[in-house]
Amino acid sequence: MSIINLLKIAFRALKRNKLRAFLTMLGIIIGVAAVIAMMAIGEGSKQSIRSSLSGMGSNMITIMPQSNEPGGVRLQGSSIQTLKMEDITAIQKLQSKNINGLSPVVSTSGQAIKGGYNWPTTITGVSPDYLNIRQLKLQDGILFSDTDVKRFAKVCLLGKTVIDNLFPDGSNPIGQIIRFKNIPFQVIGVLEPKGQSNFGQDQDDIILAPYTTVQKRITATTYLQSIYASATSEAASAAATTEISDAVRESHRLTPAEGDDFQVRTQAELINTISSTSSMLTVLLTAIAGISLFIGGIGIMNIMYVSVTERTREIGLRMSIGARGQDVLMQFLIEAILISVTGGVIGVLLGVTSAFLISYFLNWPILIAESSIVISFVVCAVTGVFFGYYPAKKASNLDPIDALRYE
Amino acid sequence: MEKKILNIQDLKREFVMGDQTVKALKGITFDIKAGEFVTIMGSSGSGKTTLLNILGCLDKPSDGSYQLDGVDVKSLNRDELAGLRNTKIGFVFQAYNLLPRTSALENVELPLFYNKTISAEERKERAIKSLESVKLAERFDHTPSQLSGGQQQRVAIARALVNQPVMILADEATGNLDTRTSYEIMALMQELNAEGKTIVFVTHEPDIAAFSTRTIMLRDGKIQKDSINLNQRSAKEALAGLPETDDY
Repeated sequence: MSIINLLKIAFRALKRNKLRAFLTMLGIIIGVAAVIAMMAIGEGSKQSIRSSLSGMGSNMITIMPQSNEPGGVRLQGSSIQTLKMEDITAIQKLQSKNINGLSPVVSTSGQAIKGGYNWPTTITGVSPDYLNIRQLKLQDGILFSDTDVKRFAKVCLLGKTVIDNLFPDGSNPIGQIIRFKNIPFQVIGVLEPKGQSNFGQDQDDIILAPYTTVQKRITATTYLQSIYASATSEAASAAATTEISDAVRESHRLTPAEGDDFQVRTQAELINTISSTSSMLTVLLTAIAGISLFIGGIGIMNIMYVSVTERTREIGLRMSIGARGQDVLMQFLIEAILISVTGGVIGVLLGVTSAFLISYFLNWPILIAESSIVISFVVCAVTGVFFGYYPAKKASNLDPIDALRYE
Repeated sequence: MEKKILNIQDLKREFVMGDQTVKALKGITFDIKAGEFVTIMGSSGSGKTTLLNILGCLDKPSDGSYQLDGVDVKSLNRDELAGLRNTKIGFVFQAYNLLPRTSALENVELPLFYNKTISAEERKERAIKSLESVKLAERFDHTPSQLSGGQQQRVAIARALVNQPVMILADEATGNLDTRTSYEIMALMQELNAEGKTIVFVTHEPDIAAFSTRTIMLRDGKIQKDSINLNQRSAKEALAGLPETDDY
């Protein structure tokens, strides 16, 4: 018996019971749609967590001083004065392909004053690279140049919180002069607001100035509080970390026996931790959806059993006019597969649609992976075969004599 | 010499039920030649149904031989029997056994679905021709629930004819019908017989047997009487003779 004939027979049989076929399908439709929507939401939230972390500079590497003396009073990193400009030069000399940005960081807190207003904040001395490393953007004005760094120019960039507090009347801060610890700074640029960091810090409460200016005119120091660098990619950050570590050790003239008097940290570790949490969420959601798909499969099996019993006489008739056991088996198996695969197709469409509706109305991030569609579709077909086989086998083993006279 | 469609030699069928053996057929011998219209009669328990199952290749004899159109049925397996039913036998049942919610045409097409050698066009063509031969050509898109009992049985006969079998095997085919409709069906059977179809009709009604050319009486698993019907009654005339009031 040809496969086309089998398909026609199965299709005609389903057509005779449209509502029942649809209700059976519904279990599969809901299961598949749930799997796809859940995976889309899970993957989407994972993606959005990743991108918000990259917003902090996902390739960012920080080098902080630390004590390598196990004895004596151990000091806080910021009061250790081991990081110097020589370390920056040493890293620059590497000309590493893995590093694409490097900036010293010198910061001090104090009162910023403009006219009648004042605001307690922090001034951070950096090089122009810092904006790229931290993924900060200029909203208005210009960035200070390398020349400004060389000449200890009294220029600065302001964050939104500082502007709101020093210029509450909303006037344009660019070109205006503010004072920080009695040093006048000309505002040459305004930073784009970034909002709170993932840890609740206000990332806009910031004044950026050339690090030379801060060192010479405010803090009167030569050491650096930290060094920020950025790796060319997330993948390169491990290699970059090693290179930086080696360069700084060499510049500090540390013998192999001595421990590091600094520490190098990357954001990649943090990102991995957080995305593994969200992966777990995806697995959980998908498992729940998978259970509903399984129940849909049991629904198919149930209906196919009922259908075989109910159509015993039909099976007897088919056998008496020449259907072999195998033909009957294939008919019922194909009916089950038709139900599950049609349900799968509708489920995929419904799942994709509802994922888009969720993202549209609730503004949840979604990401529909092709793999989730392929997987749920294959699972569907397998479900059809698996749960359809036993009822079909039962039908094919009927004795035509008994089946014909079944009441 | 006419061709033998059926050849049965000392056919026996026993059923084992627990520790008892029930002998349903105790050695039956007869042949049926092409073009005969045979009725098999017998009271309940005479082995009629068992014989019908064996004739229809739904069951196999315990002993003895059965040759259908030159094929020894006893040596065939389940699938081969199915093939034989498909090509050599046309079944007509008491309860019609049409597929519900399926058009007359699709019901008639059904046996051809199980015959690989027939294309979709040929299938439809033959089904239409078959329906025409039972005078239901204008009804082929009706479902069984839209047809009367007699019409449903005619669809079933069309289904039996569609595979061009060597023998039509009817099991109490008029059992569910009133007298007038039974006579109509018998008239159709006689017509098909006149065209050369071999018909084996199982019944317990003597007035139905009168329309055939030969009657085999079964009793207690044996042939009681096998007689040629010398004065075959015409179903058409019998139909004309029915009083009008019988038409309820």
